[in-house]
Amino acid sequence: MVTVEAVWAALAEIPDPEIPVISLVDLGVIRDVEVDGSRVRVEFTPTFLGCPALEVMRRAMEEKVSALGGEPEVQVIADDSWSTDRISPEGREKLRAAGFAPPPLRSAGPTTLVQLQSKAFRCPYCGSTETRLENIFGPTPCRSIRWCESCRQPFEQFKTI
Amino acid sequence: MHRASLLLELADDELIVGWRDSEWTGIAPTLEEDVAFSSIAQNEIGHARALYELAAQELGTDADALAFDRPPDEYRCAPLVELHLLEWAHTIARRYLYEEADRVRIEALMRSDDETVAGLAAKIDREEVYHRMHAELWAARLRDEPRFRAAVEELWPYALGVVPPELRPELARRVGLDVVEAKERGEHTPALVELWEEMTEVRRSAPGAEW
Repeated sequence: MVTVEAVWAALAEIPDPEIPVISLVDLGVIRDVEVDGSRVRVEFTPTFLGCPALEVMRRAMEEKVSALGGEPEVQVIADDSWSTDRISPEGREKLRAAGFAPPPLRSAGPTTLVQLQSKAFRCPYCGSTETRLENIFGPTPCRSIRWCESCRQPFEQFKTI
Repeated sequence: MHRASLLLELADDELIVGWRDSEWTGIAPTLEEDVAFSSIAQNEIGHARALYELAAQELGTDADALAFDRPPDEYRCAPLVELHLLEWAHTIARRYLYEEADRVRIEALMRSDDETVAGLAAKIDREEVYHRMHAELWAARLRDEPRFRAAVEELWPYALGVVPPELRPELARRVGLDVVEAKERGEHTPALVELWEEMTEVRRSAPGAEW
């Protein structure tokens, strides 16, 4: 008998395909798990719509559910329910430790250029807030590039969305 | 308008503008812009995929078939996104005007009674925030450059054609220009056929293959 708890625990073992230090559960992309007999329904919200890892994540979830003896049904929900605020506190710390500055929490309105150019962003290596925006865009849709004035090196900053 | 038609208009705009933006990958004038245009293109094509998937549920097909298996004259994209622009002032003018037009349209969709469409529009909007910053930075930097001003004026009728007539006064207000006769959606430029030939070449080479 597959239980909801067992499914959550299994999904927590799936690493993000692009940032493997963090799991899909840490990332907050699993919105709901329902078990009905052997049928297991997983509601999944994409991070960025153009993320090439979506299919990899979907297959990994199906494999995990199948390994538990369940019949997987992964439903992709392309609505507004995921934001970077759904990344768990543990997930944020794992990102930081791996050299990715975690995304600041959303403010009331959308992120502005003035905010990105402010000194509110902390270098994941040395902890300094003397950092500046280098490029809004980076190696994947979810990241920007910043420069740390204190330890004089670039770092990747998770975008707030 | 019929829901699937509206979704296809949006999806086709996003796919084709993404394709055009991706043409700067590897050859943009600076490394930062190379990364920016590639990333923006990836996002726009991602939006196209989500919109095609929604349309495909209604039309009984799939996103790839909608993106690649229709003949060019069945695409519903606006002429603005089709243009093959090889010069930076025009490229930036299009990015700026497209983002302004897309924003007006997305904001209207976020207020839609159709919850699925409104939800997807809101998700797209979160990503577009960063495209707008990029466009606004460039527009501010080039504001007094005659080449950029001329490119904006030249592309302005095309930009109006991205949004339906009722949203054009709002777009004009935001951009600070007057409503003029628009280059309407429906008639394609020769550039689209050229783009389509290249974009669908691999898929047409092996119909029905699993990639």
